[in-house]
Amino acid sequence: MKQFTGFIIKEFYHIFRDTRTIIILFGIPVVQLLLFGYVITNEIKDVKIAIYDQSKDVVTSKIIQKILSSDYFILEKNINSIKEIDKSFKSGTIKEVIVFEPDFAKKLDKNGIANVQVIADASEPNTANIIVNYTSAIVNDYLRDYNSVNKTNFQIIPEVRMLYNPGLKGVFLFVPGIMAMLLMLISALMTSISITREKELGTMEVLLVSPLKPFQIIIGKVMPYILLSFINSVVIILMGIFIFGIPVHGNMILLLAECILYIITALSLGILISSITDSQQVAMMLSLVALMLPTILLSGFIFPIENMPLILQWLCQIMPPKWFITIIKNIMLKGSGFEFVWKETLVLVAMTSVFILISVKKFKRRLE
Amino acid sequence: MENRTPIISVKNLVKKFGDFTANDDLTFDVYKGEIFGFLGANGAGKTTALRILCGLSYPTSGQLNVAGFDIYKEREKIKKNIGYMSQKFSLYEDLTIIENIRFYGGIYGLSGKEIKNRTDLLIEKLKLGDVKNKLIKDIPTGWRQKLAFSVAILHNPKVVFLDEPTGGVDPVTRRQFWEMIYEAVKNEITVFVTTHYMDEAEYCDRVSIMVDGRIVALDSPYNLMKDYNAENMESVFLKLARAKV
Repeated sequence: MKQFTGFIIKEFYHIFRDTRTIIILFGIPVVQLLLFGYVITNEIKDVKIAIYDQSKDVVTSKIIQKILSSDYFILEKNINSIKEIDKSFKSGTIKEVIVFEPDFAKKLDKNGIANVQVIADASEPNTANIIVNYTSAIVNDYLRDYNSVNKTNFQIIPEVRMLYNPGLKGVFLFVPGIMAMLLMLISALMTSISITREKELGTMEVLLVSPLKPFQIIIGKVMPYILLSFINSVVIILMGIFIFGIPVHGNMILLLAECILYIITALSLGILISSITDSQQVAMMLSLVALMLPTILLSGFIFPIENMPLILQWLCQIMPPKWFITIIKNIMLKGSGFEFVWKETLVLVAMTSVFILISVKKFKRRLE
Repeated sequence: MENRTPIISVKNLVKKFGDFTANDDLTFDVYKGEIFGFLGANGAGKTTALRILCGLSYPTSGQLNVAGFDIYKEREKIKKNIGYMSQKFSLYEDLTIIENIRFYGGIYGLSGKEIKNRTDLLIEKLKLGDVKNKLIKDIPTGWRQKLAFSVAILHNPKVVFLDEPTGGVDPVTRRQFWEMIYEAVKNEITVFVTTHYMDEAEYCDRVSIMVDGRIVALDSPYNLMKDYNAENMESVFLKLARAKV
């Protein structure tokens, strides 16, 4: 029995002295629980909306006030023309536009019925649904109060329009997300493994002694993955268009160019990871945990970022997939041109530059 | 003493990693056409010095000349004129013999025709005709080792650096390997080899012995054995290692 106990104690030593096992046993479950707990939520709050009040009378003011005094909506701006509606959505922050027809109160009085248009950005179909339902509920609430106080039987009919995704198809959201995930997987994970494998085998040294310059080695290593990733992204886009009926309202060349940019960003991340470690296993774990998990949870792929607590929202800002998904959705679903995605593009370019810079510095230090 | 030209010239080489001095003021020359053994126990600083000579690492201070070029200013030229065989044999396991040769020939700038010629010669000499299209991982270690050496000198470098080339190989194969080294020397290739097998030291023209970052002996094996009154190089080494304690 004593031999057996000795053996069990040894096993505990192994567990507690191995950082990797500790992280898996304690770190990951805690992080996952927190992440999933805060990220998976069907509630909405602080949704930014715009209001086009063509009537500006007592009734519309009261309805607007009721909407805004709930915790769910924040007035981002008042707009004054139909043209501004499209622009508001394309800029990305506004999720809903409420349009009151002219002479709202008068029409209500005279005809007993008035129209309000509720236009939602349905590129995230689930959120759009919830937003529209909340809005309608608030309007109906107001109506009920009004009717009971004034002993009337008026109706306000919210005319709902789901923009960019009238069928509320979930796949519209998934395809950009899957592209972000897959490209990150191939580019970052595979690149980091390829480079660290060379280091592990000892063949990297032989390459470094040869007349090959270091940048030739790196670029040579990532070239196949750029090609493969690009082919993959084209296949995904084609499948999205022809099998799932996703529109590409924007410029296809811009779309492909942004894909290439993102591929390069993911590759530079892969290079960075491979410069941190010499072991394939560590590279793989880092890629999976530090890249794949945030890509799925924190990029706005499945769970909208606006619904997360502030800290997580900030965390999302440093995730390249988040910016890429925004760009893709904008171009494919909203038909945005470069003038609407230049900011996000710049962010990706900046991130790529930072990753490459750090990798180069680490590589130079290795030679010292 | 013969007046021979040094193909490697090291003066006051110092390499520090933070506070730790791996190479402490090394000065030595390696002459053209000789087999120079760089001996010492594990951790003595051999690999550090070798990496510096190959251009894998920068010295903290000191002057170095390899194959006639300065290590600070003419690194690229040095790389074209040296060969290197790493401890782990440097061949890609999931490539065939022919593919490996073609790859290394290419990155050293050999033309397609040159590569083909030298490949054929190599295959014939090593009698690898039957297995030339096999993956490296399907070939016995002894053959891989000889192949790795041949690939390291494929481009006829002036100097070839061998880092512990005979680890984990049986004595017969080791002997055959050293015969290949002798042949390379006949073709005017200088061989710089590190090892911690003291019996291999006797195959070299001259050896240096490093202890704790310093060179404590530098001479031909014959002279060293005479000076230290020892039967073999192992005894020489033990005497030197103990002396420092």
